[in-house]
Amino acid sequence: MSMSDRISDEGAFPVTRRDLLALGAATAGLVSLSALGTLVGPRMAQAATPTIDLTSWGGAYQMSQINAYEKPYTKKTGITFNNIEKSANGPALLTAQEQSGNVNWDIVDMLQSPAFRLYDQGLLQEIDFDRDLDPAPDGTPAAQDFVEGSLSGDGRSGGYVSTISYSTLFAYNKTAFGMDEAPKTIADVFDVKKFPGMRALEKIPAGNLEWALYADGVAIDKIYDELKTPDGATRAFKKLDALKPHAIWWSQGAQPPQMLAQKQATIASAFNGRIFNAIAADSQPFEFIWDGGLYEWDGWVVPAGLAKERLGQAMKFLRFSTSTKSLVDQARYIAYSPARKSSFKEMANLTYYKNSDIHMMQYMPTSPEHLKVAIPKSVSFWSNYGPQLSQRFSAWLSA
Amino acid sequence: MNASLSVVEGGSTAVGSPPLKASLRRAERRKRRGAILLTLPLLGYLGVLFLVPLAGMVWLSVANTAVPDYMPRTVAALAHWQPTGLPPEAAYASVASDLQIAFRKHTFGRIAKRLNQEVPGTFGLINKTTFRTAHLKLQKSWKAALEAIDPAWGTLPIWRLLKRESSPVTADFYVAALDMQYGPKGHLMRVPAYSRIYIPLFIRTAWMSVLITLLTLMLGYPLAYWISRMPERRANVMMIAVLLPFWTSLLVRITAWIVLLQSHGVINSLLVNSGLVASNARPQLMNNSLGTVTVMTQVLLPFMVLPLYSVMRGIPDYYMRAGVSLGAHPWRAFWRVFAPLTLPGVGAGALLVFILAIGYYITPELVGGQTGQFISNRIAFNVQQSLNWGLAAALGTILTTVTLAFFALYSLISGTGRVSIG
Repeated sequence: MSMSDRISDEGAFPVTRRDLLALGAATAGLVSLSALGTLVGPRMAQAATPTIDLTSWGGAYQMSQINAYEKPYTKKTGITFNNIEKSANGPALLTAQEQSGNVNWDIVDMLQSPAFRLYDQGLLQEIDFDRDLDPAPDGTPAAQDFVEGSLSGDGRSGGYVSTISYSTLFAYNKTAFGMDEAPKTIADVFDVKKFPGMRALEKIPAGNLEWALYADGVAIDKIYDELKTPDGATRAFKKLDALKPHAIWWSQGAQPPQMLAQKQATIASAFNGRIFNAIAADSQPFEFIWDGGLYEWDGWVVPAGLAKERLGQAMKFLRFSTSTKSLVDQARYIAYSPARKSSFKEMANLTYYKNSDIHMMQYMPTSPEHLKVAIPKSVSFWSNYGPQLSQRFSAWLSA
Repeated sequence: MNASLSVVEGGSTAVGSPPLKASLRRAERRKRRGAILLTLPLLGYLGVLFLVPLAGMVWLSVANTAVPDYMPRTVAALAHWQPTGLPPEAAYASVASDLQIAFRKHTFGRIAKRLNQEVPGTFGLINKTTFRTAHLKLQKSWKAALEAIDPAWGTLPIWRLLKRESSPVTADFYVAALDMQYGPKGHLMRVPAYSRIYIPLFIRTAWMSVLITLLTLMLGYPLAYWISRMPERRANVMMIAVLLPFWTSLLVRITAWIVLLQSHGVINSLLVNSGLVASNARPQLMNNSLGTVTVMTQVLLPFMVLPLYSVMRGIPDYYMRAGVSLGAHPWRAFWRVFAPLTLPGVGAGALLVFILAIGYYITPELVGGQTGQFISNRIAFNVQQSLNWGLAAALGTILTTVTLAFFALYSLISGTGRVSIG
């Protein structure tokens, strides 16, 4: 028997059909095992070194949280973060998680009004403000240190803690208008004869309806009373009618700065942080119209029903990230106002982290100067009338 | 085939020998059982991944759990109340005690959310009443107490609403999905013209899907004909060209279209640079219904070409030649001989494209702007943004029913045998 015979007899690769089947089954098994692994993995890893599953909005905003909250926290405790960028659908996903009985987020960044709604449905962990949050450096208890309206319910405990406020306001491209005749008020925004060009507007009723009434002469503190009535809403839509032929619509925060830069619009409503970024980081010739800036609160919620250990981790991080210092730090990275009065006090000389010539205070949506002409977005109004107005707004848009 | 043959043989050779007949029948039964067993995984798959979610959706569109689950005392107290005058004191007391429990269990938000979907403003009423009654001790008159919190409790509409929402199943979501609402006296009426949105969207979805189907047919028919008359090797190359975009990710294809169609995109730049249009008069090619139709026609084209091609491939060349040799003009031969033979393919392709189009979501979302939105975009809005899943389910159920109705109508007209997909 020759050598080659031996090889062919026993076969270097004695592959039969049965072997192939077995191989197939083994591969399938491995694949499904590894798929299982990705599901189980994060939980198992958590047992060894704790990881916090943190959901936020992504972009420059989540970067500011990573820089100001997460990195110092990891340095201090060794706890790492799994950053999820799903806040845009946060309320829906959290509701779905609760219904499926499998809550897999530890802490979630959310706007105030959906947070209130979820809290009222029992989906959020109760937070006792004075017990679960740090006092101000001068000893003021947390419940008194947070700006009025930035906490929830009775002011002692609730399901939500604000970290920042941001503003949706108008900005314009300076190259579109002469120096002397730049738009300064909301009424100017609605004046397409004096200030020609397209207006970029967000494709939601909130903001647009308030501005329409404000431009139509309604006082800031009467806007929501007026908007509650069908006639008031009709008045707002009528005012918007005049702007409709000159409007282009945006749905994502990144769009309005682009639309201004590409001159698709001369004036755009936008999130103040995005415009700040375009001015400070990209040197765009944009200018704010602070008049009528619509500001609202945004902050943390902790889902109800977390296991004890995970809840403990989430609450410790909540305490750390809402401290006076953390909130001041965050304002170096993004032009959103901290929710604590004590943080505001430390901001006088705070400058942008990329450019020490830029003082952050003048870009804060709720600085005392800007607050005088700002519209506080009403959480309760939009909870009550949001669904109805949003349907009317959609019908108006596609008409 | 085998089985039926053997039955015939058995019948003809062994008349009057029941044992053979019986054993044949047994054998056939065994075979059939085997066949059914083999399809079990498929049936299971259909059941778990298709029928169960579908049934879930239908249930969600009529389920009305908030008030029955979280206000059981109120439901009981209103069971025999006729909505002609205000309810008795017992109803007021029931509301108060239900809300007190809902406050402790943190479920009042679910009541408020559900009721607010029906009557805007009720969210605030329920929340306010809950917070103010939460720590109230036993009252002599709960009616007076509730009316002091909000005069709305002394009016009929809130009680009518509670009574209507007492039932564990509801048609409310269908009412809303058809642009209707309950009037102040509890009768059905259309919502004001400025708020009508779903019916116009259903109509728009339907006619734009028809338009897209016709466009894919106009483009796909000559293409499929051309390819089907090629020699096999070249035809295969061409089919790969048809299928290549089919295998490309949908998002990639839509993004490519955005590059082409946007106001400073390739097409507009060509038009402006060639002097055909002024720079400030660029035509709007996307973010409107034109964008939706353009992109969806391209995206859905393979679904039209594939069934057409497979039918045309099976029609021998000599049919047409025979027609021509009998004296018909080539056009006449085409229309009288070839075209009728392709009808099953046309039917299958049109049905496939239409059914896919009517439920399309991502393309209208990205290039449809305002006037190119479909009903699915509104369903997504209700799932993700307004969190009104009941309404979303009702819209989804209506869409599914409409699609099935079209399918049934088509089968009725053409006879099911003529639809052949692939």
